[in-house]
Amino acid sequence: MASTDMIRNEFWRNGPQPGSFYNFPGGKNSEQIGSAKRTLQPIVTGTSVLGVKFDQGVIIAADMLGSYGSLARYRDFSRVSKVNNSTVIGCGGDIADFQFLKSIIEQRVIDEECLEDGFSYTPSSLFSWVTRVLYNRRSKFDPLWNTYIIGGVDEEKTFLGYVDKIGMSYQADSVASGYGAYMAQPMDARSLNKYEVAIVTKDGVEIKSPLTSETSWDIANFVSGYE
Amino acid sequence: MAAVAIPTATDLQIGGFNFENCRRNVVLKEKGLKEPTAYKTGTTIVGLIYKDGVVLAADTRATEDTVVADKNCEKIHYISSNIYCCGAGTAADTEMTTQMISSQLELHRLNTDRKPRVCTANRLLKQMLFRYHGYISAALVLGGVDSTGPHLYSVYPHGSTDKLPYVTMGSGSLAAMSVFEDGFKPDMEKQEAMQLARNAIVAGIFNDLGSGSNVDVCVITKDKTEYLRTFDEANLKGQRQGNYRYKRGTTGVLKTQVKKFDYEVVGTKVKGEEKMETA
Amino acid sequence: MATLLMKPDETSSYAPKQTYFSPYSFNGGTVLAIAGDDFSVIASDTRLSEGFSIHSRDVEKTYKLTGTTVLGSCGFHGDVLTLTKMIEARLKTYKQHHQKTMSTSAIAAMLSTMLYYRRFFPFYTYNIVAGLDDEGKGCVFSFDPVGSYEREAYRAGGSASSMLQPLLDNQIGFKNQQGVEKVGLSQEKAVALVKDVFISAAERDIYTGDAIVIQLVTKDGIKSERFQLRRD
Repeated sequence: MASTDMIRNEFWRNGPQPGSFYNFPGGKNSEQIGSAKRTLQPIVTGTSVLGVKFDQGVIIAADMLGSYGSLARYRDFSRVSKVNNSTVIGCGGDIADFQFLKSIIEQRVIDEECLEDGFSYTPSSLFSWVTRVLYNRRSKFDPLWNTYIIGGVDEEKTFLGYVDKIGMSYQADSVASGYGAYMAQPMDARSLNKYEVAIVTKDGVEIKSPLTSETSWDIANFVSGYE
Repeated sequence: MAAVAIPTATDLQIGGFNFENCRRNVVLKEKGLKEPTAYKTGTTIVGLIYKDGVVLAADTRATEDTVVADKNCEKIHYISSNIYCCGAGTAADTEMTTQMISSQLELHRLNTDRKPRVCTANRLLKQMLFRYHGYISAALVLGGVDSTGPHLYSVYPHGSTDKLPYVTMGSGSLAAMSVFEDGFKPDMEKQEAMQLARNAIVAGIFNDLGSGSNVDVCVITKDKTEYLRTFDEANLKGQRQGNYRYKRGTTGVLKTQVKKFDYEVVGTKVKGEEKMETA
Repeated sequence: MATLLMKPDETSSYAPKQTYFSPYSFNGGTVLAIAGDDFSVIASDTRLSEGFSIHSRDVEKTYKLTGTTVLGSCGFHGDVLTLTKMIEARLKTYKQHHQKTMSTSAIAAMLSTMLYYRRFFPFYTYNIVAGLDDEGKGCVFSFDPVGSYEREAYRAGGSASSMLQPLLDNQIGFKNQQGVEKVGLSQEKAVALVKDVFISAAERDIYTGDAIVIQLVTKDGIKSERFQLRRD
């Protein structure tokens, strides 16, 4: 009977049902649009992440605010995370998507450690994997709404990479996402002076948290006579 | 049946400007009409107050979409001898707006026989821009020194203004502001202030694709205005290796025609020796 | 107080702010290739940008595929990365199956099918393949994003292609020049010309700049050269 089912359901092989149309990726299809699972807009978000290489390691920094639109909703949010002794990851964009990917990475690191084969994820292998995940999700029109900055040290060589929500990635000596790309300092209304940094050297990962940057209102008294 | 006059949209309008055409343009654009592309000054413009006056600075790139339309345009506009104004946005809007305000201020000066004040220029600008609901895309940095001291304003296209000791505007404003936030101090010396303004523009030139080429600077003090066009050439043009001059005759002549021109001789006159005009 | 950021076309828009998802971005970049008698030159700039920002000043957009073939690819960098990864995998399996490396013309034919495979969700990439053909002659193949391709003597692709192509038509193709001696292009002249046209492109195209990487393909191998451009 299976073969007759095939004949009944398939007008021609790999084709649409009779009376239906080809469903091209990216094309509008009533079944796809309005599906609840897709991140088509970010909800709780983090802003800039910065990453810089130095002579014997990498440093990644992010503030600790989780914004809900313009509302400073969560003020103690960690957006940098240690992956293993040689790799850290920092994230901007939708925080739920970050937590989702972070939990997958954590499980993969555990699985990897269970093998006890002496291998572990290197910064560049994680970077390559995250790029592929983000590109494949964007191709399914179901993106992870994040920018990731991945840094670390592998056999005394420093690594720093950037990946965005459509799978565009590159490596550089310094990278910044969000507002930090325009100016590497908290000029953003949706940022906080509480932040944390992750430092990776050949000796391991150190996360300093929370830190505060001093604000200066010295020029406030100059502001007078405006209209 | 008696004819009833139905009021039209224009009848209902009482005073103020009519923005019907703006709405029409939006509808036409949605229907696929291509608007003519205007020159934009993608732009980094800045201003800061120092010990003796005001420093204004600007880059010199004008773009039309992703193409550089003018590699060395002037973005610091004259308002009066003691007031200048940097412009970002649509080039035509910034030029015409500053010219109009400059002319109004000159008339005001002739009427009152006083040096114009910066707050007057600011008020004229914001009142004009507000009336146009932001349709005049002019984002300005207005600076000058008058009888009450140095003043610096940023003027936004919708007509709001800020009065601050250091301001930046345009697509490179964030890059420039990061330099100011790092290096600004109250009561700086002239050289230090000029250097900081230059660095802010250079940050815009290199980090913002809408800004580029050179740095123009204008320093205004109580009794002097220095307009330093091409204060700094931020990056030099590459040296080409080849020679791209064409040999004579490379351009083909498709057709040659000699036509006799008929004329009537009305009169003849022999003139004395005359020196050739060489001016 | 005003909090307006000046961006083109946003100054007078009343549209409500909404985020929508676009699977593409344009990351700029220009590629250019010239075929000579027994060599070919392919070059790209190294700027990676998005909107009005520069992501990196040091991303090469030429990819060495084999000892005699180089690919130049630009457009959406995510697609460029994916496409080049897929090509590299294909070349590896080809080598293992056939005990030889793929020829330049075979790579070009393969790339065409790979691009057309994504006809209705295209790779937003502009590709040029350059190298030596089976007879050792210089060859250049140019592609559109969905796989149409042809062999040519020279080609510019990407951001500043519409500026460079007429210049190449004139200087290499001797178009619109009358009574000029049509001499063949030497390696030195080709490399110098590539540098000069990129200098011009960097003057006028905001997405082209920082540096170029030139790959010279001859029977002796691939020689790589870097050349600075303006950085504004």
